Amino acid sequence: MSSPGGAGTERRLAWLRGGELPQTHNARTIAALASNPGCARRALLDAAATRKQDIAEHAGYPVPFGMSPFALSRGVVFERQLKDDPGGLLLALLRETLNLDIAEVGFTDLNDVGGSPDLAVRHARTKAVLTGRPDQRGTLFDHPLLRFRVGGRHAYLEPDLIAFRHDDTFHVVEIKSFAVIDGQADPAKVAAAAIQSAVYVLAMRDLVGDTATVHHESVLICPRDFANTPLATTLDVRKQLGVLERQLSRIAGIDSVLAHVPADVSFSLDADEKGVPQRDPGDLLRDIKRVDANYSPECLASCELCYLCRDEASGSTSVLGKSVREELGGIESVPRALKLARGDDPLPVPEDLREAAAILRRAASLRRDALAAARAETW
Amino acid sequence: MSIAEAADRARLATEEILASMESVPRGVVVDSPPGAGKSTLVVRAATELVRRGHRVMVIAQTNEQVDDLTDVLAGRLADHDGDLRAGRLYSESHRVGWRVERHQNVVSAKSAGELLDCRVVLSTAHKWATVTSDEQWAWAIVDEAYQMRSDLLLRVAGLFGKALFVGDPGQLDPFSVVEVDRWSGLSWDPTTSAVEVLLNHNDHVPVKRLPVSWRLPASAAPVVSEAFYPFNPFTAATSPQERRLEFGASAFGDNSVDRALELAARSGWALYELPRAHKPRTDREAVRACAALAARLLERAARTVSERSPDPLPVTPDRIAVGTAHRDQATAVRAALAELGAEGVTVDTANRLQGREFDVTIVLHPLSGRRDATAFHLEAGRLCVLTSRHRHACVVVARKGIPDLLDAHPSVEPVHLNVPVKFPDGWEAQQAIMAHLERHRVAAP
Amino acid sequence: MTTLTSLAKVEAIALDRAQLIRTVRHVHVSPRPLIFVPLQLAGEACAPLAAMVGDDRDHERLLIAYEPRDRTERFRFAAGLGEVILGYVDGYAAGDPGEGVPYPDAPQVWVPNAGGMKFAELLGRSTRFRRTEGPHPVPASVPLLGRWVTYLAERAQHPLSSLFLSATQALTAHWATGQSATEDQNLATLLAWIAPPPGQTGAQAALLAENPARCPPAGPVTDPDFDRDVLEGLIKAIVAARQSGDAAARERAQALMARELHSVLKPTWDLMWQAVDLLRSLPPGDHVAERWKTDRFSFTGYVRYLQEGGVPQARRDAAVDAARRLARLENEAQQLAAHMAYDDPLVMAEYRMTGDAFAGPVVRAEPDRLDETGKRARLRPWITVETTDDVLAELGADLRSPARPAQQARVIEVERAGERTRVTIELQSGMGRKLVPEPGSVPGLGDVVCYTTFKAEFQPPPKFPDREDTPWTHGGPPPEYVPRDEEAAEEWE
Ligand code: SF4
Repeated sequence: MSSPGGAGTERRLAWLRGGELPQTHNARTIAALASNPGCARRALLDAAATRKQDIAEHAGYPVPFGMSPFALSRGVVFERQLKDDPGGLLLALLRETLNLDIAEVGFTDLNDVGGSPDLAVRHARTKAVLTGRPDQRGTLFDHPLLRFRVGGRHAYLEPDLIAFRHDDTFHVVEIKSFAVIDGQADPAKVAAAAIQSAVYVLAMRDLVGDTATVHHESVLICPRDFANTPLATTLDVRKQLGVLERQLSRIAGIDSVLAHVPADVSFSLDADEKGVPQRDPGDLLRDIKRVDANYSPECLASCELCYLCRDEASGSTSVLGKSVREELGGIESVPRALKLARGDDPLPVPEDLREAAAILRRAASLRRDALAAARAETW
Repeated sequence: MSIAEAADRARLATEEILASMESVPRGVVVDSPPGAGKSTLVVRAATELVRRGHRVMVIAQTNEQVDDLTDVLAGRLADHDGDLRAGRLYSESHRVGWRVERHQNVVSAKSAGELLDCRVVLSTAHKWATVTSDEQWAWAIVDEAYQMRSDLLLRVAGLFGKALFVGDPGQLDPFSVVEVDRWSGLSWDPTTSAVEVLLNHNDHVPVKRLPVSWRLPASAAPVVSEAFYPFNPFTAATSPQERRLEFGASAFGDNSVDRALELAARSGWALYELPRAHKPRTDREAVRACAALAARLLERAARTVSERSPDPLPVTPDRIAVGTAHRDQATAVRAALAELGAEGVTVDTANRLQGREFDVTIVLHPLSGRRDATAFHLEAGRLCVLTSRHRHACVVVARKGIPDLLDAHPSVEPVHLNVPVKFPDGWEAQQAIMAHLERHRVAAP
Repeated sequence: MTTLTSLAKVEAIALDRAQLIRTVRHVHVSPRPLIFVPLQLAGEACAPLAAMVGDDRDHERLLIAYEPRDRTERFRFAAGLGEVILGYVDGYAAGDPGEGVPYPDAPQVWVPNAGGMKFAELLGRSTRFRRTEGPHPVPASVPLLGRWVTYLAERAQHPLSSLFLSATQALTAHWATGQSATEDQNLATLLAWIAPPPGQTGAQAALLAENPARCPPAGPVTDPDFDRDVLEGLIKAIVAARQSGDAAARERAQALMARELHSVLKPTWDLMWQAVDLLRSLPPGDHVAERWKTDRFSFTGYVRYLQEGGVPQARRDAAVDAARRLARLENEAQQLAAHMAYDDPLVMAEYRMTGDAFAGPVVRAEPDRLDETGKRARLRPWITVETTDDVLAELGADLRSPARPAQQARVIEVERAGERTRVTIELQSGMGRKLVPEPGSVPGLGDVVCYTTFKAEFQPPPKFPDREDTPWTHGGPPPEYVPRDEEAAEEWE
C-alpha cells in the first residue's frame, strides 16, 4: 500500500486519465467539489484531473454547458475597463469599500514572466512577489498563479482574480459580470462567486503561509444596475472557507475511494495524435459505471456527467429529487415504491420497509379516496 | 469556577447593564446564552426602572412567557413596595393563568386604559401592537427579542422611548411562510429578528452579554458555547461536583438503555446510537427508544443533587423533556410514552421548547435516519435549543451515519448580497456536536 | 413536496404520463389572456432581444431589438412592447365602474417560466422611472409600460392573485410529472410529460423536448449554440450595415433575424397556448372567482392610481411598506391554503396525511346539547368523530369544516385507541338563533365529516405606523419620494 497521495496513488490516477495531461484546475472546478461531495465517481474524475466534458460526450452523453459569446464578451469588456485603469476606477472602488486611505496603487501583472508558459516558473514568481516586503502604497497583483493541494497533490490554479495588498493584508478581488440591481444580485451567482473567492483565499493563505494576512472578506465587483458602472461589495466568505477546508480534507482521502475501484478501470479516451478519441464508447461507459455515483437533479447544474448519471439512475427515486425521495420514506426504487403503495406485492414486505410501506399505502388510499370523492362530487 | 465566583461575575454583568441604562441614548441589547438568568435580569431591570420613577412596559412573545414574568415580578414588587401595582394586559382569547391571579398586586385587564395607575404593565408583543395611546412609555423591556420578528417591533416601537432588549441569539430565528427575496439586504427586512434590525439602524446601542449559564452543567456549557456561540463564549456557573444525577434503583442485567442513562448521569451526555438505516421521520425504533429512555429514568427513580438543594430531589416527569424536530415525531413519542404508562413527560418540538428548562432531556436527532439534510434540519438554532435545555444530562437518540451524511452534504446555499453572515453555520455546528457525541456513544441493539 | 405529490410522481413514471395532483383548478384562466414570451441577450442584466406577444393565438406579434446593445433600439423595443401591453390592459379599463365597484374583468398576462417573471420585473425596473421630457425623453408608453409591468410582477408575489402567471408554475401546481422539479422548469419537457404526443411515453417525449435544437428554450435566455451560430453573425451584419449606411443590406439582415427569432419563439408560443388550454380544461375551484374578484379590485385601484398621476413604484420597499406587504402576503398565503383545502379533496388529503386535518364518520351526536353555565343557556352541540387519520389538533383547538366553513368548532376531547382516534367537537355557531339547531346545520350520526385548523376567514390587516412615524428602531421616517433626473436618465446599456 502506498502512502496517501504518494507515488502509487499518482500512478493510478495517471492510469485513470490514460495518456492525457492532467487538466489544470481553476477556482470553478475546485468550488464544484462542494456541490456533490458524496459522489465517488466525480471525486475520482476530479482527482485524476480528467476532461469530464469530453468523457461524457464520448460515452454518448454530451452536455450543453456552452457559454454564449454575448456573455463572454460582456465579461471581457467589463473586466477590461477596470484593469485598463487600475489606479482610477479600481482603486477608487477599493478605497471606498475597504475604507482605506490610499492615494495611489501599484499594479503588477504576474502573468508577465518573459513569456514563459511554464506554470512552475510563473508560480515561483507569484510566490516571490507576494511574500516580498510590502510596498507602502497599496498594490494590485493581477493573474497570480496559485497552487493548491487537492487530493493530496498540488494543482495549479488558473488565475482569475486580483490580489490587493495594503499594509500587511491581502484581499481577494473578484470581477464578475452579473449585475447588482438596487443592491440585490442573483443569489446562486453570488454563492458561486463566494465559494470561488474562498478557494482563492485558501490558496493565497497557503502561498503566503500566514492565515491572518489574507482577509476573509473578499471584494466582489459587478456592474451596477443596468449600466457598465462597477460596484464593489464585500463578501464575507468565512462559511465557505469552513466548508472547503472540510471537503478538501476529505478529498485528501482519495485513496479510500480508489480502494473500492477495480484496478483496471480507466477513463482514458485513447486519443490518437490528432486528439481524436479511439476508445470504444461502450467500453468507456462500462468503466465509468463501475465507479459509484450519487445522482440528484442538482447534478444537472453542476456536473458534466449529469445526463449519463441521470440515465443510469432511471427507475430510481433519486431522479425525482431529494425531497420526493424523502417523502416516499427513503425508498430507492420507483417500482418498489409503487408496489408498496398499492400493496399488491405478493411477497411479504421486508421488515425494514414496513414503516415506509405503511406511509405509502396510506398516501395511496387517501389519494384514491380523494379522486373518487371528486368524481362523485360528494365532498 | 465556584458558584460564588460565578454569582459575582453574573452580578457584575447585571449591575453594569443596569448602570448603563442610565446613560444610553436609546437602549441596550443583552445577549443571554441558555439559562444565563434572562428572566431574572428582566425582572430586576423592571423593578429598578420603576424605582427610578419610570413607567415600564414589558413585551414578551407568548402568553405563557408573560404569565411567568408577571408571577416573578409581582413577588419582587411586593417585597419592594406593597403599593406598587403591576398590570397584566391580555387579549380576548387568553385566560390569565392562576399564577398571575394569585397575586394581590397584579391588575389584569383587556385594555391598557384600565391599567393607567400600574407602574409596570406586561403583555405579549401582539397585544401591545393593538394598543393606541398618545402617551409614551419611558422604557420598554423586550424579552426573547431574537425570536421577535422585526415587523412586530415596528408595530410597537412607537409606544416607548428607550428599550432593553434581552434574548438568546443562538436559538431559532423567526421565519415567514412566504418566501420572497424582495427584502433581502434591506436593513429593515421585516422577516429578520427585531434585534438585527434595531442594531442595523442604531450602532450606538451597546450589546452586552450575560457570561454564565446557571442552567447548563459544566459538562455542557463548553460544548454548547463552542458549537453555537463561537464568538461569545460563556461558562457554567456550577462545577462538575456541584451537580449529580443518580438512580434510586439499580439496573439489573446489562442493557443499552441503562448503559446510556448511566453514561449520561456520569458524563452529562450520551449518544444512543441505533443501527444505520434510512427511515421515515417517525422512525418507530427511534421513537420507542426516546420513550424507553424517558420511562426508564422514572422507573429507576432518578434524582438530582445540585446547588438548589443539598438533599437529592426526585426527577419527576415534568423535569424530563423529549425534544424533536417535527410535530409528527412529537406525537409519535407521546403515543409511545402513553403505551409505556409514562405520563407527564414534556414532549415537544424545538420551537416550543425554546426558553424552557428541564433536568434531563432526550433528543431525537433531527438528522437521524435521513438520507440527506435540508436547511431546516441543519439549522443551528434548532440543535442549539435541543441540546441546551438540561440542567444535568442530555441523551441524543440517532441512527448511525450522521457524520457521513454531513460530509456528503452539498454546500450550495444561495448567498444574498449585503446580508450579514450568520454564525454559527448549521453544518459546522452539527459537525461539532456530533464530534463531541461520538465520544459518548452507546450502541443500541 | 408532500407525500401525495411524491406518490403521484412515481405513478407518473409508471403510467408514462403526468398525473393530476389537484381535482380542480386553483388559478383563474382568462378567456382572453395575453401571452408574453420574452427573450434577452445572454450575459446582460436585462437587454431585451425579442418578444412574441399577443392575445390571439393565430396572430402572434414579434417585436425585436435588432441591436440589443443599443440604447435607442432598446427604447424603441420598449415603446413597441408598451403599445401592445398597454393596449391590452386598456381594454379592461374602459369607463368608470363607479365608487367601490371593480371593473367587470381584468387583464391576465402569462409568461413561460420564473425567468420570464424576473425579466418582466427587471424590464419594469429599467423603464418605469423614465420621463417623456427633459434630457433623455422617451415615448410615453415606456414609463407607463414600466409601471404596469412592475405592478404585474408585484401582484405575482401575492398568493391570491392570478393577474400574472408563469406557465410552468401554474402547470406544476396541478400536475406531477416523472421528472424532478428542476426539469419541470422547462416548459417543453413539462408539457411533454403532461401531454405526450401519441405513441410516446412522457419520458421519451421529455427526452426529445430537452434537446435545444429540437425545442428552443422558452427563454428568456437563448440557447448558447444559437447565439454563437446564428445570432452573433446577424447582429454583426446589422451593425455593419448601419455603419456603412447600406439600408438594403440592413433590411435583409433584419428580415433574416426576424425569421430566425420567429422560428425560435414560435414553438414556445404554441406551448403557451397549450398550457392555457390544459388548465382551462380543469373545472375551477369554488373560491377561484372570489379570488379573481380581489384581482379585479386591485386592478381597478391601480388604474385609478395612475389616472391620478401616481408615482412609479419605489426601487425598494421602505420599512413600513415592507412590513405591511409582508403581513398581506402572509394573510393571503393562509387564505389560499384554506381555499384550496376546502375546494379540493386532494389538497385536503395532503393535510390529512400530515395530521392537520382529519375525516371520518360521526359516531356520537348531541345536537340539542345546551351550555347552561352562563347567564343564558346557549346551544352548544357536541359531536364525536372517529378517524384513522393522525390528529395533531390539541384540546381547545379552533376547527372548521369545508362543509360548513363559517361554523366555529372547538376540540373538547381527543381519545386515542390503537389505530383509531375519537375527537369530540363542540359546535359554537352557524346553527340559527334558537335553542334547537336549524335543520342540516349539525352533522348527523353516520355522516362523514372533515375538520381542519385552516380558516378561510378574512383577517383584518394589522395596524402599522404611518410612514412618517417610522420609529427609531427602523431608521426613522424615510425621505419623501421625489422623482430625480438621474433616475430618468439612468444608463441602460
Ligand atoms: S453527475 Fe454523476 S458524476 Fe457528476 S456528481 Fe452527479 S452523480 Fe456524480
